[in-house]
Parts: sequence; structure tokens; C-alpha cells
Amino acid sequence: MIRVFGWNEFLVIVVAAQWTIALSAIAFAGGSIGGLLIALMRVSEVRAFRLFATGFIRVFQGTPLLMQLFLVFFGMNIFGFAINPWIAATIALALHASAFLGEIWRGCIEAVPKGQREAATALGLRYYHSMRHVILPQATRIAVAPTVGFLVQLIKGTSLASIIGFTELTRQGQIINNATFSPFLVFGTVAAIYFLLCWPLSLVARRMETRFSRATAR
Amino acid sequence: MNMVSEIASAPRSRGASDPAVRMEDVNKWYGSFHALKNINLTVGRGERIVICGPSGSGKSTMIRCINQLETIHSGRIVVDGHDLTAGGRNVDLIRQETGMVFQQFNLFPHMTVLENCTLAPMKVRGITKAEAEETAMKFLRRVRIPEQAAKYPAQLSGGQQQRVAIARALCMNPKIMLFDEPTSALDPEMVKEVLDTMVDLANEGMTMLCVTHEMGFARSVADRVVFMDRGEILEVATPDTFFDAPQHERTRFFLGQIS
Repeated sequence: MIRVFGWNEFLVIVVAAQWTIALSAIAFAGGSIGGLLIALMRVSEVRAFRLFATGFIRVFQGTPLLMQLFLVFFGMNIFGFAINPWIAATIALALHASAFLGEIWRGCIEAVPKGQREAATALGLRYYHSMRHVILPQATRIAVAPTVGFLVQLIKGTSLASIIGFTELTRQGQIINNATFSPFLVFGTVAAIYFLLCWPLSLVARRMETRFSRATAR
Repeated sequence: MNMVSEIASAPRSRGASDPAVRMEDVNKWYGSFHALKNINLTVGRGERIVICGPSGSGKSTMIRCINQLETIHSGRIVVDGHDLTAGGRNVDLIRQETGMVFQQFNLFPHMTVLENCTLAPMKVRGITKAEAEETAMKFLRRVRIPEQAAKYPAQLSGGQQQRVAIARALCMNPKIMLFDEPTSALDPEMVKEVLDTMVDLANEGMTMLCVTHEMGFARSVADRVVFMDRGEILEVATPDTFFDAPQHERTRFFLGQIS
């Protein structure tokens, strides 16, 4: 029996957006911590750290997100963990975000003029204080716009988690579509919700970008 | 008896008898480029040294080795009795005892003038914010810009920024001040205010090593002028001898070029 796509079906899809938001938020939080570590390793004076970070970034930038999800999802099983789409999706997306944020933030750290680090060093500030009080605050200002831009990519990327059976926005759309068979309406709704999540962020990113370029133009 | 043992032990302990900086056979390469060639220089306490020479002659590299912004490949540098080449902790100690002023000021743009001056004393020396601010205001008054304390570097003129940079370095109570072309990035009308500040500092007995092309400053303030070319020290002389009777051919050529 084919159901009609009505108000109830619409609401079910809207409610599923919360899982997309939750997954994005957790992946972004994990990716921020990982990304900071990767960025710091990438600009480290220790060669081993630099090599590890570079390899990590290359692997995650050079493979599709879908494969990363598959590898974590099935890999967990091989290493003796129960298959859990939630955990697999979170880990895969957080690792993915770590690599991309790491590379974005490396660029931002390197964009801080070399003289800043030298001045801090000449004043006797060691690595931690010089990073924490001098370099990172300046890098953060440069980083805001590209970071928000990446967040938009990440939100859209969470749709791939539907393939490993994680019921977020896209997966809920597929389920409703199987019952109603109105693909255009269903996926139109899904796309519209993604747009409503991402568009304001894009606006914010663009605003910050212009504000930053105005601030640095001087 | 006592005196004898004191004299005998004097060179071993650090004290007033140690020179401020002693460089022995220092060599440095950038790849195959020999940036510093057998540098030997001893700077006494309270001595004012001006280092000059054509660009690319290794002047900046040499003073940047003193606080280890650059590492050396051979030789020895001893600053205030601490051997830099022994590494590790000595490097931290020396950075705390030497202040440096850069051509491009290198103030921290996201901090106010006051915060620029208090950061290192609080984080490195571990003194309280109140103490650090008190010291900072003392030195900002000394460089004659206490009224700018709450402003950000971008709101100041180049000359003011450089004076803040001097105050920031002084807040760590350094024993030695290194100046790396402090007036080269300034508009001509601002050079004087920075030089005046440096003259004040010299008059107070600070040990200073200045890389500069300000020959008027060299003549009036320096105890000795060091001339470098192609990574070597060619001539070390008092300002009078240096300017009026330079020994070396290349020194004469250089002085002819800049005057």
C-alpha cells in the first residue's frame, strides 16, 4: 500500500534533521581537536610529527569520504567492535574533518608573519606561550572564514552516513520515499532542509571573509 | 691568601669580570653560502657597539646568533657567562637576559601596547599582572609614550611602534640590548625620536649592539664600530678612527658610498 506524502511524512523528515545537526556538531568538535593537533604537528620542528601529519592529510584528502566511512564501519568489525553506524559515522567524519581542518589551519598558522614568532622567542617565551598567546590568536582570525566554509562541506558530507545505515536526514528521506514513492517531493524537501542549514553559514562565512580582507588591507 | 684564591677562581665563576658577549671563531652557513666567517668579537659590559656594512654582509645574522634566533655551525658564543653552545637551558636564560628590537617592530597586533609589554614578564618571569603593568608603565614613560598604553599597535605611528618595541624589550630587564636596523623601516621624520630613545638608553649604561646605518648615532654613541663585509669582521675601531682613518679598502669604499 503506497502512503501519500503528507504533513506527517514531512514532519518525520524535518525531525530527522536533528541527527544531521548532531552528527555534524560532534564530527566538527572532534575534528577541531584533531585538526589543531594535526596543524601543530604539520608546522612542528620535529620531522616525525611533520611526516605523520602530512601522511594523515594526504590519505584523507586523497580518498572519498564514502570509502573512509566504509573502512571505519567495517574496520570496527574486524577489530572486534560491534557494528554501530553512530560510532562509525562519528569517528570517520571526525577523522575526515581533522585532516581538512588541519590543512586549513596549517595555512593560517603559516600566514602569521615569521617576525611574530621571532619576537616572542626573543622575549624568552617558549613554544606553549608563544603559540597560545601570540601565534594562534592571530591565526584564528584568518581561520574563521575558511573554517565555516568547511563546516558547510561537512554538513553536506554527513549525508553519506546514510549509506552505512545511519538514520539522518538523507536516510529518513529514503525511508519515506520507499513508503510514499514521491521521490521528487521527498528529496526536494530533504535538499531544502540541507539548504536552510548551510546557506546561513555560507552567508556568515562570506561576511567574515570581507570583514577580514578589509581589516588586513589597511 | 684570600685575595690570591679569589683571583685564581675569578675566571671560573660568573661575575662582573665576564664580558657581556664573547664570540669565538663563529661560523655559519646557509646551504653552501658562508654567512659568518670566523667571527671573533668581545663586548664588555656597558659597551656600545655599532655594527655596519653593506647589505648581505652578515650583520643581522651575527646579532641574531647572540640570542639564538639563528644557530651557528661552529665556534662558541658566551653571553653573560652562559655558554650558548652548551645548549638547552642556557639558551632560555640568555633570551631572558637579552632584549631585541627588530627592523619591522614585530609588535603583537592583537594586543594593546600595555599587553605587549606585560605578556613576557608575566609568562616568563611569573610576576603578577599588577607588577607587570607597573613596570610596563615605567618603561613606557621612559620612551615617552605612556598615554598610548591602551591603544593597539596599528593605531600608532612607526616611530611610536618602535619605541613601544624598545619598552617591551626593557620590561624583561635585559642586561644586553640587540638592535637590528631599528630605524630602517621608519619614515625619515621618525628616525630621530627612536635614536633619541636609544641614546637615553646608552647614557644609562646599557650594553648595546646596534646594526644601523645611522652614522651620526655611531659617531656620538658607539664605543667601537664594527665593519662587516661578506660574512667577515674587517675592522673594529673607535668611531674617530673608523670614520677619520679607516684602515681597510672596503671600509673606505663603504663610507664613501653612504656619506
